Order: sequence, then structure tokens, then C-alpha cells
Amino acid sequence: MISVDFHHFLVSIAFLPAMASVSSSMPSEQDIYEEHVLDHYEDPYNRGELASATHADEGKNPLCGDVVQVSLRLAGDGKVEEAFFDGHGCVISQASASMLMEEMEGKTPEEVKDFTAEQMLELFGPQLTPNRQKCCLLPWRVLQSALHSPLEEDEADDDAAHFSGPSLSEEN
Amino acid sequence: MPLDPQSIRQDFPILKRRLPGDQPLVFLDNAASSQRPQSVIDAMTDCYENFYANVHRGIHTLSEESTAGYEAARVTTQQFLNAASQREVIFTSGTTAAINLVARSWGDAHVTADDTILLTICEHHANIVPWHQLAERVGCRVEFLLINDDYSIDTETVAEALQRLQPKLFAFTATSNVLGTVFPVQQWAQLAKENGATVLVDAAQAAPHQAIDVQDWDADFVIFSGHKVCGPSGIGVLYGREALLAAMPPFLGGGAMIDRVTVDGFTSAELPEKFEAGTPPIVEAIGLARALQYLQDTGLNEIARHERDLAAAAEQQLRDVEGVNLFGPRQSEKAGIVSFTIDGVHPHDIAQWLNLRGIAVRAGHHCAMPLHEHMGLTATARASFYLYNTLDEVEQLVDAVKQTREKFARSGRRRRRSSISSSSS
Ligand SMILES: Cc1ncc(COP(=O)(O)O)c(C=O)c1O
Repeated sequence: MISVDFHHFLVSIAFLPAMASVSSSMPSEQDIYEEHVLDHYEDPYNRGELASATHADEGKNPLCGDVVQVSLRLAGDGKVEEAFFDGHGCVISQASASMLMEEMEGKTPEEVKDFTAEQMLELFGPQLTPNRQKCCLLPWRVLQSALHSPLEEDEADDDAAHFSGPSLSEEN
Repeated sequence: MPLDPQSIRQDFPILKRRLPGDQPLVFLDNAASSQRPQSVIDAMTDCYENFYANVHRGIHTLSEESTAGYEAARVTTQQFLNAASQREVIFTSGTTAAINLVARSWGDAHVTADDTILLTICEHHANIVPWHQLAERVGCRVEFLLINDDYSIDTETVAEALQRLQPKLFAFTATSNVLGTVFPVQQWAQLAKENGATVLVDAAQAAPHQAIDVQDWDADFVIFSGHKVCGPSGIGVLYGREALLAAMPPFLGGGAMIDRVTVDGFTSAELPEKFEAGTPPIVEAIGLARALQYLQDTGLNEIARHERDLAAAAEQQLRDVEGVNLFGPRQSEKAGIVSFTIDGVHPHDIAQWLNLRGIAVRAGHHCAMPLHEHMGLTATARASFYLYNTLDEVEQLVDAVKQTREKFARSGRRRRRSSISSSSS
């Protein structure tokens, strides 16, 4: 199980609350909950458990305690044949999970690995404040670690321990 | 005389703040941190502009003046708590730092593998983790009193646990930061004493709203933070019974806490400096003292009544909104905190949607994960009221909650079935 904190490397300069004038650049929540996002929330892509999964992991957003599971089936040629997510959470984390599963199917592990946090935020669409970026990036982070978490007892293949992701931290 | 929030609001410059869309600010996140009146800001600015220097060490005018201001703040705090002596008032960086100080200094000196620390399930992580850490160091047990279905803890349960467990320490919050439950501190402290337990009271949520008399409570340690009592962040108060503090080893080592240092060792300073290593929060102490005066001038009983009225009005109206669930005891046993969930809507989305209406509430586990787990929840939304909030703001909260429910209700939406995702910019 992993914990996520992207605060330190993803806080975009535009959101740094330095002055009162910053308020004008804060995104409006009306935009966050745009139709496209709510559609994914209510009608998610591949939500549930994948019985034939070869790889899976779960992760937690320490800010709110939300949990997301990602299970993948990698085909013989290594490609992501199916990507499923499960768990519960806010609109942002659920919709971003749905978008990500949809986007990742058919990709090679290298392509998944190369899919950056910035690209995830772009895929999501609406601009997010740093705290909500954590919600959006939780499924992406779990996907990345799921790729390194084979379900077989095939220890030699398990390089999850070498995955160096962002450090964990707790809400303050 | 009931308090007049409209005139109080004039004292708090931040309440004039406008949010995106020119929304006025409805600040209902006071349990996390309150705002400060102009007088506190002015007192701190005055120090920085006119007499700031390090304390206790300079033989020059500014240092003498800063030292006088800092020590006067200690006296104000002593009076606020009705502590018997100034030596019993230690300035720390906050509640968390103060609890850690007690766990490290008193805990390491007195607690062994055979001992039990008794807490309640309602504690903030600040009053849980330091005891888990102590348990890791010395091997003691940490036990939790659970809440009833009505979010209270009966006296009999407390008495029985104290008798059965014979804890070395009973550490509990005076007011739950999630449920708003106000616990009978004096009664529990008395029971703890009868069973030989030392008593630590986390007053972080009590000090902002009630007159505290540590001698009445008869607790050994009482702790609160400056930023929740209209004072600055970066300062907190540890009250400790003098005999206990005097017998405790120092915690942080460094300047100011020593009497004498040689190449072979050191001897510690007298109380309270013994526990104030390094340059203390000088300006923060001066700001805190002004904040405590402000609360006392306004009247803590009036403040508490005002908040209870607001919370009662909010609860009464929210109770009628379909899909809204409230968590907390009956109004008479409760502080101005209203925690709730909405069926089918994540608390983060509640908070985000309320923010669009200019309403600031907290969403999450409020640093009380064990309590949320006990209630079978991962998160709640929390509105917490203070002296400057109004009934009008309660109405705005209730309206916004109703809208939240409508906004996120399932409405048969369909995702676009194209695998080429529409990347909006
Ligand atoms: C009951 C309680 N205890 C402790 C704390 C921690 O206080 P601080 O963050 O000021 O150290 C809080 C603040 O959230 C609290 O509500």
C-alpha cells in the first residue's frame, strides 16, 4: 500500500498563495465540476475488480483517507490489455481514475511509465488547486505502482521495491 | 448581554476579504484555526516596529523592553488559566509541541513497560501519536475509551476504565474537534486522581470558547494553541503543575534552558526557562496575550453561548435536509461544531462546492482518524463557528448544503463513449 503526496513537486507557481491578488488566478469550482468530469464520475470506465488481473496495487490519499485500487492485465506482449479501478472517493479522484483507465488500455509498460503527472492533470482537464491535485493524481500514482506489483509469486519480476516515487506525508 | 457579531466583525480585517466572483467570505473553519482582531495584529506590529529584540539576554533597551513584553504575556496567560504561578506557564510552538514535550520529558521519566496511557477515541492525532511513540520507546500500553451511540462517554465507563487499567496517565481532549462533545474535565480529573493517574487535558478546542480555571479542573497538564484563540500561529501554552514540572528533565537542550554549561555537562535553568530552549516565540507571545485579553473583554461565556446558538440553528435546519447526516451529541453538551455528511457526496466535494459560495469549511478526517474509523467513516465535512459568525451565515451554509446535494445527485449521466479522449485545455 502506498501513500501519496505530490505537494512538493507539483505545486504550480500560479497557485502559491502569496498575495491577495492571487485570488483572481484561483480556478473556479464550477469549472472543476464541468460536465465531462461529472460524466466520468457517474458513468465510470472499468470500475470494479478485474478477476483476471496480473498486476494490482492500492493506494491511499492521506488527506482524506480515500483508497483507490488499480488492477491490470498485461498481455503476452506486455501491453496493458485491461485496466480497472475500484475504491471510493471524491468526484475528482473517481473521475480521474476513470479517464486514466480509459487512456491507458493498449499502452506498453514504457508508455505508462512515461505518462507523467503533468499529463495526467492535462488529461483531467480543469485546473486544480494543489490539494485537489492530490485527489486527481492518486489513481495515476497507484497505476504506476500497480505496474510494478505482479500478482504471481514471481519474486524475480518484482521490482516494486525499487520504485522511487514521491514521499508520503500526512495532512496537517 | 448577548454578543453583537456585527460590531465584533468590525474588529477582524480579514472578514472584509472578497473571494473569486466577489463573494464575501463566510469563514466556518474556526476549529482548524481562527482569525485575529486588529488589536492582535497591531500589538505584534508594534513590537516589530518599536521594541523587538531577543529576550532574556541583551543588556540594552530593546531587549529589556521585549523581555518585559514577553514576560507580561506570561502573566496574562497565567491569569487566563488561573494558574497559581507564572512558573507553571511554558510557551511552546503549539499544542502538538506541548504534548510532545510532556510525552518526552514526563513520559520517558515516569512511564515503563508495565504502564498504561488512557486516551479517548475522540483525540486529535496530536494527543495520540506522541503516546504511540512513547509506547515504542518504553513498551507501555495505549488504551482508548470509546464513545456511546449518542457521542458521549459516561462517567461510569470512565470510572470503570480507570479502576481496571490503573493508567499512569489519563490524557483527553476537553472538547472533541469533530463532534463538539464537551467532556466534564473536572469530574474526570477527580476520578483519575482517585486512581492515581496523572491528568493531561488537551484544551485546544476549549480555550477559544470557555473560561478555564486549571485549579478548578485540578489537572496536571493543560495545553492549548494560540492560533485557535484569535492569536498568532507558532505559539502554544503548556500549563503544568509546578511540582511536576520541577521534577521533570528538560526536553529540548540549547540556549536559555541552562543555568551553566561546561565541557562536561550542563545544569538546567529554573522554571519556566528550563522548558523554553532557544529563542522563544516572542512576538507571538505578545500577540497571544492581546488575543486572550480580547476574548476576556468580549466575555467567554457570551462567546460560548453565541456559538452554541449558531450551531443549534445550523443543526436544526440541516436535520431537515434529506440525505444530510449529523454527528455529535445533544446541543446542550456541545460546542459550536457541526460535522456532517451528505449521502452520495464526498466531503471533499461538499467543501469544494461550499467554497464556490464563499463558505470555508473543513473536509476530511480532521486529524482524528481513529474516531472516524470508529464511526465507520473515512471523512466528514465540518462547520465550526466563532464569535464573529452570524445567523445569516448559518442560512448561507444551509442553502449551500441543499444545493450541494442537488448538484451531485445522480442524474443518469453518460460518459462519452469515444476512446479518443477530449482533452480540454
Ligand atoms: C483537539 C485538538 N488537539 C490538538 C490540536 C493540534 O493543535 P496544533 O496544530 O496547534 O498543534 C488541535 C488542532 O487542530 C485540536 O483540535
